Amino acid sequence: MVRRALPSREELLEILDAVKDPEVPVLSVVELGIVRDAVAADDGVVVTITPTYSGCPAMHEIESEIRRALAADALGPVEIRTTYAPAWTTDWITDAARKKLEAYGIAPPGPADSSELIPLRRRATTVRCPYCQSHDTQQRSVFGSTACKSIWFCNECRQPFEEFKAI
Amino acid sequence: MTDSSSLQYLLRLGDDRLVLGHRLSEWCGHGPILEEDIALANIALDLIGEAALLLKLAGQLEGKGRDEDAIAYFRDATDYRNALIVELPIGDFAFTIMRQLLFGTFSLAQMDALQRSTNADLAGIASKAVKEARYHVRHSTQWVVTLGDGSDESHDRAQRALDELWRYTGELFLPDAIDQEAAASGFGVDPSTLADLWRAQVEPVLQAGKLTIPPVAYMQRGGRDGRHTEHLGHMLAEMQIVARSHPGAAW
Repeated sequence: MVRRALPSREELLEILDAVKDPEVPVLSVVELGIVRDAVAADDGVVVTITPTYSGCPAMHEIESEIRRALAADALGPVEIRTTYAPAWTTDWITDAARKKLEAYGIAPPGPADSSELIPLRRRATTVRCPYCQSHDTQQRSVFGSTACKSIWFCNECRQPFEEFKAI
Repeated sequence: MTDSSSLQYLLRLGDDRLVLGHRLSEWCGHGPILEEDIALANIALDLIGEAALLLKLAGQLEGKGRDEDAIAYFRDATDYRNALIVELPIGDFAFTIMRQLLFGTFSLAQMDALQRSTNADLAGIASKAVKEARYHVRHSTQWVVTLGDGSDESHDRAQRALDELWRYTGELFLPDAIDQEAAASGFGVDPSTLADLWRAQVEPVLQAGKLTIPPVAYMQRGGRDGRHTEHLGHMLAEMQIVARSHPGAAW
């Protein structure tokens, strides 16, 4: 029997780059930082993932998509481990992925806020409209169609749009 | 710290969030405006997600093969360890929002401290939950100021909610032997050490909303020992009926 060389971490991540987030299908689970590690051994593959939000309902589907993607390469049984520390942050989303988000119509996240006390009034942050690039926008709600997005409105092109919220 | 104390400690953390998450989910389809309907359902999802992680960890520490669903759906009210404040019925929007401020700020301080737990799993769950608690508090803060400093009607409702809820806040910070054992071992945190930070966050919000903290002679308590209001049993009956009618069902 000819032994095949085990794939490297980079090669595994390349395979997993085909797995898209079901709620943001323009980004892969690797680009989002959900996949933290991938190791192949003789007895199978171990993929370590971290959830974006504690109650993210997409995690089950992401797990089964990861299994499906790896099954095609016949690498043996796939074990998926979930880790919570360090906690997922939008700061892990790469610049290239941010550009894809904006092109898809979702404003990319700003820097994550970690202040201890919550200010009485919201900071005056501006988010650029992904459709017309205007900064004349206002937040309508921190909570959007999924846990990871907030709802904004552009005063310039009169379009509601979503922002990938920074956490 | 003994396994049974850490189990009890985790049940308190998990039950607070499960019960409040379920209460908030009752708003789904009934919110005053669409954005708030979505907001409350989102917060409910975060809290139930946090509860699932905490109760799963509790089941692992217990080592009797109970998962988070078994713990959530097959315990009766007397075995629940949540504080009384989270089980009260949702009331009007002002009541729900005021409770979110009072409990959410406590939760933020608690999860912030638990990031330093000697239990790596609990520390990890807390480091995630603290980020969620931060935008939950931002949401309730904004609403309490808006309602309190709004019309006569909205101010009166916010003040009435505060008058009713304040007597349930004492229990959150009342340590008992389990809390003290958890704090001594580094597993958990003594809730009384969170009270100053909580007041520093809550009081300016109430002031900005022109609301007055009521004089309260007696603080309600009992939830941490399983002595609950009559409301919890009704809520659990609804929450548990499907799982108990079809045990082991999966979908």
